Parts: sequence; structure tokens; C-alpha cells
Amino acid sequence: MPSMLEINPEKIEDQRLYAEMGLKDEEYRSICSILGRRPNYTEVGLFSVMWSEHCSYKNSKPLLKKFPTEGAHVLQGPGEGAGIIDIGDNQAVVFKIESHNHPSAVEPYQGAATGVGGILRDVFSMGARPIALLNSLRFGSLSQPRVKYLFEEVVRGIAGYGNCVGVPTVGGEVQFDDAYNGNPLVNAMCVGLIDHKDIQKGIAAGIGNTVMYVGAKTGRDGIHGATFASEELSEESEEKRPSVQVGDPFMEKLLIEACLDVIHHEALVGIQDMGAAGLTSSASEMASKAGTGMTMNLDLIPQREQDMTAYEMMLSESQERMLLVVEKGRKEEIANVFRKYNLEAVAVGEVTDTKRFRLVHHDEVVADVPVDSLAEDAPVYHQPSRIPEYYEEFQRMEPYVPKPLDYLSTLLNLLKQPTIASKEWVYDQYDSMVQTNTVVTPGSDAAVLRVRGTEKALAMTTDCNSRYLYVDPEAGGKIAVAEAARNIVCSGGRPLGITDGLNFGSPENPEIFWQMEKSVEGMSEACRELETPVIGGNVSLYNESFGGQAIYPTPIVGMVGLIDDVAHITRSHAKKSGDLVYLIGDTYAEFGGSELQGLLEGRHFGKAPSLDLQTEVNRQKQLLTAIRSGLVASAHDVAEGGLAVALAEKLFENELGCEVILEGDLTSELFSETQSRFLVTVSKENKQSFEHIITDAHQIGTITEDGVYRVKQDTVVVLEEQTSTLKEAWKGAIGCLVKSKG
Amino acid sequence: MKFAVIVFPGSNCDRDMYHAVKDQLGEEADLVWYKEANLADYDAILLPGGFSYGDYLRSGAIAATSDIIAQISKAAKAGKPVLGVCNGFQILLEMGLLPGAMLPNEKLKFMCHYETLIVENSDTMFTRSYDHQEKIEIPIAHGDGNYFCDEQTLRELRDNNQIVFTYDQNPNGSVGNIAGIMNEKGNVLGMMPHPERAVEALLGHDDGRRLFESILTHWREQHAINA
Repeated sequence: MPSMLEINPEKIEDQRLYAEMGLKDEEYRSICSILGRRPNYTEVGLFSVMWSEHCSYKNSKPLLKKFPTEGAHVLQGPGEGAGIIDIGDNQAVVFKIESHNHPSAVEPYQGAATGVGGILRDVFSMGARPIALLNSLRFGSLSQPRVKYLFEEVVRGIAGYGNCVGVPTVGGEVQFDDAYNGNPLVNAMCVGLIDHKDIQKGIAAGIGNTVMYVGAKTGRDGIHGATFASEELSEESEEKRPSVQVGDPFMEKLLIEACLDVIHHEALVGIQDMGAAGLTSSASEMASKAGTGMTMNLDLIPQREQDMTAYEMMLSESQERMLLVVEKGRKEEIANVFRKYNLEAVAVGEVTDTKRFRLVHHDEVVADVPVDSLAEDAPVYHQPSRIPEYYEEFQRMEPYVPKPLDYLSTLLNLLKQPTIASKEWVYDQYDSMVQTNTVVTPGSDAAVLRVRGTEKALAMTTDCNSRYLYVDPEAGGKIAVAEAARNIVCSGGRPLGITDGLNFGSPENPEIFWQMEKSVEGMSEACRELETPVIGGNVSLYNESFGGQAIYPTPIVGMVGLIDDVAHITRSHAKKSGDLVYLIGDTYAEFGGSELQGLLEGRHFGKAPSLDLQTEVNRQKQLLTAIRSGLVASAHDVAEGGLAVALAEKLFENELGCEVILEGDLTSELFSETQSRFLVTVSKENKQSFEHIITDAHQIGTITEDGVYRVKQDTVVVLEEQTSTLKEAWKGAIGCLVKSKG
Repeated sequence: MKFAVIVFPGSNCDRDMYHAVKDQLGEEADLVWYKEANLADYDAILLPGGFSYGDYLRSGAIAATSDIIAQISKAAKAGKPVLGVCNGFQILLEMGLLPGAMLPNEKLKFMCHYETLIVENSDTMFTRSYDHQEKIEIPIAHGDGNYFCDEQTLRELRDNNQIVFTYDQNPNGSVGNIAGIMNEKGNVLGMMPHPERAVEALLGHDDGRRLFESILTHWREQHAINA
């Protein structure tokens, strides 16, 4: 018997103990038929984590197939640790986004910190040096003490890990909405840089080769984390605090340097990090990908605690661990590389030709299952979908038009909305400059990092306005991709591709599944039109909290773009007085899902802003041409809060003023969130050349020196305030909300 | 001139320091792993920022007990320029080469942004290329940058002109707005702000560049070496 304490297969079946691990009855039966017998406790554990949504994508696979994943420059699409896109000169950019929502909901500091650690390992296990971190965060209302706590601790956790490992956190987004009160979202993205020749794969090839383990010892932390991540949050979630791992960024830093060293060693065959489902997923996936089998002796696994069972070791999600496959007889050479960094790499197993995953513990075989049954044969569910009633109602509504407004107080209120307000309180806690490549620091449309030793730079951003996705998932999905691309283009870059962090409620609810379907369809269409393939990502489902309230559909887009020449780098801030202000694109009365609607009505409804992808593509191309021709002084996309907010944001950095003349319905002109619009400034001498390239640019005013934000209709001043006053409201809002006792 | 950039486990501004000297100054530089004990061949020692040993005990405390420390002290005694930035400064304090200690920032948060520094002493081997009382823009990035010393020490620092940089607007609660101090002899400088991050205009400011140029000019004069 593996252990006297271990529960026997009969009891597992009779008492349906597999259900506690997240397996359905039919899944358990399927495992019995794969094995030709009942699985033991350890084996049930292996299947339960590998067949969880988090590892198998069993509910989302049919949808993920819709994404375009190929492109001329894609070197690695979905399936490995992270996707890779060629950027020329034998270099490539590696990136991926991953969620850590559930852990962050119960233990925000460690949940967020280990989210950063995990995504870093996905990137450096490909052989790339991590050069930047971004994140996308969603919280409920800051008036709630619990939300305040989650917000402060998540930010501190991201900072604590990223700052220590020395990878700059350069950008991201934070939004606040009641929809996330019980279930925050914490998605972390990592961008790496790699030479083509260094690209690694997580494969266990070569029969007889040695399997090595390096990094932190295995403890009892994070057991069943992948399964935990695939359930709704409930009152009992607090009890699952042991499912949350504890991060050690110092260990991670040693691993980064050691792994980037060891990839140049010819004895290395494959390398993969131990992420969700720990040893089980890394080992079985590496063998499955290579078409081999693997035997591991669990007595050899470095252990942090005494008397760990096979089940505990295989399901532990202790952080900062890597699995390597190295050529037979050369383990000592590899161990020596790690020894320099005070790390111990130990042999724990062997690659076999059996295609089976075989585990030995205390001289007993404790698991013996087909490798592919774990990594490849998880069931795939085609969940039923149903159009939600709310959506049909929204579609039937007359277009929402806000009541007449006081423009100035509305603008001030919008600037104070935490989703719009300055995020300096957040990003000041992140080291955004280490590695000395950051050209555009947080606060512009996209972050920009130069590629050292070249003229090139990389622009990167995360985006998703989930309010649009709630009112119309398909339109919102398109907008999310388009807006990310706008941010890249405004920075002077050509969008290369995306990684997606798909965050939804329970797929078993047909209305949620419909949201997933439509979001993915909208995103796929935009990705095709904008030529930004999806090179990898992450799915986080069951984001529902106490009482079954699901989050807004939140498919976060992480996008990277290439700037051919650092001279093209453009910021969102207006540079100097006298420059002309242009609005590119026309404005319509579109307020469904808008910031103004939320402010006035306290909820979102109606139709989302419409998006014509052809117009979007054309405008982005024209703007990029103008930027590359050196004609654009600053560029900013018009997003939440409309033109009025975009204009204010343009003035803040250099505390300039503006004189803008608008026509038509001012509420729409100022606050509508019509898509595909850009606000740019152009110096006078470039007026003609600029207008020649941009066919639908309207000159609406000029930048002034007096530091006054002024909007006129004909000759009448309709909105006037000191830029510094607006800036103060915008800059201090989040700090105030955090401090206030509410 | 040959610079040694000491790399402790957990250092993370080592490459930035290396690039500042190698690419911007155009001088020789090596990343020296903390286990390699011989620093005799180097003309200056640079202790970079980061989180040596994760700063798990106390910032810089564990690094200050490693074997290479004896070599660093020896170089300092020999009068070679020794510059510690951020974690490097913390290590110099823990080593006792500079007086005082670091506390967590007053607001108990890590902070990263540009600060305006005032050059209080431009008559040093590190600052000779700056003007006295010149205001320069250099970024900070630290959680434990709140410099503390007792009043007696502060008086001595002032009397001996050992305060090299102060903050124009104190961001972290440091005693006397101190951003950087040197030893009495004037060859060991510790500072929280990161001059190596401000050596290229592309990245924002290049005010940090002259600090490295000062070291180089001083060394050339000392050894009668032409540029």
C-alpha cells in the first residue's frame, strides 16, 4: 500500500471523493475506462488537476479555436509557455498574460505576487530574458473596505515581486466597477526578448535522458490550486487559503539568471516551469509533447516538509520550480551551472518509451497512467449557450441620451472616477525603469521600451473596457482589440499580435457561455482585420462570487507592437503651445456602457458604441504613416469619458492650456464614447502634410500657453477651467479614495 | 579605466551600471560575481542596486557579510573610488564604510520616479563635473531609502562636507533631506537615487552621466592619463 492513511479506490468511488477534487461522475468513469481499473487516490489527483478548466481548457477549447493564431512573423503560437513573434535581426519578442484571480481574492498580496512569478517563468522558460511586466486589474467599488484592502495588497504584491526580480513593471490598466466587488481580477503579462537561436521547448525527448528538478523545494502550499481556480468563489473560499502559494522573488531571480545561462548548455534538451498543477503538468506535458513517457522517483523530489505523500507532492503548486530534461549521463554538468547560483539541480526521473507516466514513492508504484490521457485527453464540453434577456432588452432600447449637463462639473466628476483618474498611486510603487530600457513610462497610451543595440523599440499595452462587453460582448470584444491597437499606434508602433486573458463567470451558465462565445467572435474578427494574431493566453472561468453574481465579461487584450525607429516614439501628452489640435473621426451620440452613463445612472445599459473595423484599420494606418513621417507631436486615443477627458489628459503632463471650438450637440461632442477616434497635436508647419495624409482629421483648436482648458461653441465659452485644477482632481482621486474611511 | 560592477545574488541594477560605464562612458567594465575574490585589477568599484539576497533580513545586511566585502574594504582603504547606489548604498552602510542606517520610506511604500537633487558638494571625485548647488534630475526606486543618523553624526557629515546630494523635495523622510553621502576621505559615495538610469536623453534625462565622467576625469588626472 502506498500509505496506510491513503484512501483506497473503493472508498473514492463509493463516497464520490473525486467530486471533492472537482471531477464529474462521467469524468471519473472515463478515467476508470482509460485505466481499465479504478484509479487510486494519487491518480485521481493527477486527473483532477490536469482535467480542470485551468489546465485543460475543456470548456473553452471550442471557442479558442476561433482565434486567428497564424501570421508571417509568428514563430510560436499557443501551446508552449508563451508565444513568440519575430522582430527582425534574428531577435524575437515573447509574451503572455495569465490570471491569478482566485488566489488574489483570498490572499491578495501573495496571490498577485505569485501571479507575477508565474508569468515570468512562462517567459524565461522559453529562453527569453523578461524585459517588462504589465498588468490588468479589476476591483469593485473603492468605497468598500474589503475592496480597498484587496486593491492595496494586490498592488503591493505586484510591486514586491516585480521590483525584487528586477523586471520593470511598465504599464497596465486598473478599472473599478461593482461587478468585481466579490471577485477581483489580477492578470499579469510578461514580455521577453530572445535571440532566435535560444528558443527553448518544453519537451521530454530522448529515451533514457534524465529529468531534473531545480528551484524551491516542494511544500504543501498550493495543493489543488488549479482546481480551486476552476470553481466559483464561495464562503468556503477563505478556507482554501492553503491553496494559495507563497512567492520567493529572490529564488526567482536566481532561477532567471541560472536558466538563461543553462539554455546555452548543449546537454539541455527541454525546460518547462512548474506552474498550475505543478510537477504533474510540467512532467506529463513535456512527455506528451515529445511522444515519450516518464518515470519519476518521488523520494528524490526536494521536499520542504516531512512525510509528504505522493498526492501532495504531485499537486503542490509551490512556486519557483523548474523541470529540465538533460542528456543522459550529463546531469553533473547541468548541476554545475546551477551551483554557481547556489541552486541545486537534482535528477528525479527518466524519459521512457512507454508513453506512460509512472511515479514511484518508497519503492512502490503510486501512479501509472498514459501520459496523453493527462495532457491531451481531457473531455471537451460544448456548453449550451443562450442569449441573456438583459441583452435583448438593451438592444430594443431607444438610444440612451443623457439629460442636459453642467459641462465643467461633469468633466471634474469624470476625471475623479477611479477608472479614469491618474493611476500614479499605483505605478509609483512599481520599479518601471530597471534594466534601463523604458523610454515611455506608465501614464501614456502604451509603454515603450527600446531594444538595446538597435534602433527599434517595443510598444506594449493591456486593454479591455468590460462595460462595453457587458452591454454587447461581440462589439465589446472588437473594441478591446481595436483599442489596444490604437494605443500601440499612438506610440508609433505597428501592432504585432496579442495575448488574451479571458476572464468570465461560469461556463456552465448558458448566458455566460453566450458572453464567452460572442466576445471571442468579436475579438477574432478584430484580430483578423488588424492583423494581430493571438499567440497565447489564459482562460479564467468561474469568476463569480458569493450569491452567484458573475463578473462582467473581461477578455483582456495584451498587445505588443514594433516601433521601427526610436525617432518615431510618440507620447500622448501635448508638447508645446501653438500646436494644432486635431480630432480624427466623427462623433455620434453613443453612451451605452459609457463612463458618463455609469456616473449619471449608476449602471450600464443600451447599445455599445458601434465599431467599423475597416474605418478603424484605415485610420490606424494613416495615423501611423503620419507619425512615421514625423508630422505628429502627440497622439492619444479617445476612450472612457470621451473627448473632454482625452483633451484634459493631453494637457496634464506639461500643464498646458487649449482653446477648442466644437459644433453640434455638445454633450455628445464632449462625452460620447464613439470609437476609432484619436486626438493629436501637430505643429503648425506640418499642417498641410498632416491633413494630406489623414483624410478625416478635424482641426478643433490649438494648444495654448496660459494653462487654461477652454472649450467654445462658436464664440461662446462653454467650458473653462485651469488645467492645474483639473489635474489636481484627476491626480489625487485614487489616493483620496484609498485613504477615506468608508 | 577599469570598473568592477559587483554582482551579488539578487542584484538587479548590475547590467544598468555596466552599460552606463561601458556604453556611455566607453570605459572597460566587468560584471564581477561576488564569489570572485580578486579586485586588485580594478580602478573603481561599483555596488549596484537591487535586492541582494532578497533583502530578506535587512536591506544589504546579508551581502555585507559575504567574502568579497574584504576586497571592497581594501579598495576603499587604498583610496579607489567606491560607489554604492541604492542597495549598494545600503550595503556600504551595513559594512560600516559609511555612517547611519536606512529605514523604510516614511509612507511605507516603494516609490519609483524622478527626483530633483541638489549637488551639495561639487568638490568630490564623483561630482566635480557638476556645479555647486546645481539641481539635477535623477530617478529613485526604493522601499528603504529613509536615511537615518543621530544628530552628532549629522553634524559631522555637515562639518566635513560629506553630504554630497540632498533632495529638493524630500520623498522618503531622510534626515536632512539626505540623498547621498561620502566617507571622510571622499572616495566612498553612497546614494539612493540611480545615476546609472539617467545617462541617456532617450530615457528621459542624462544628468547622471556627469557622475561617471567625474570619476573618470579624476582618475585620469591622478594617473596622468590622457583622454
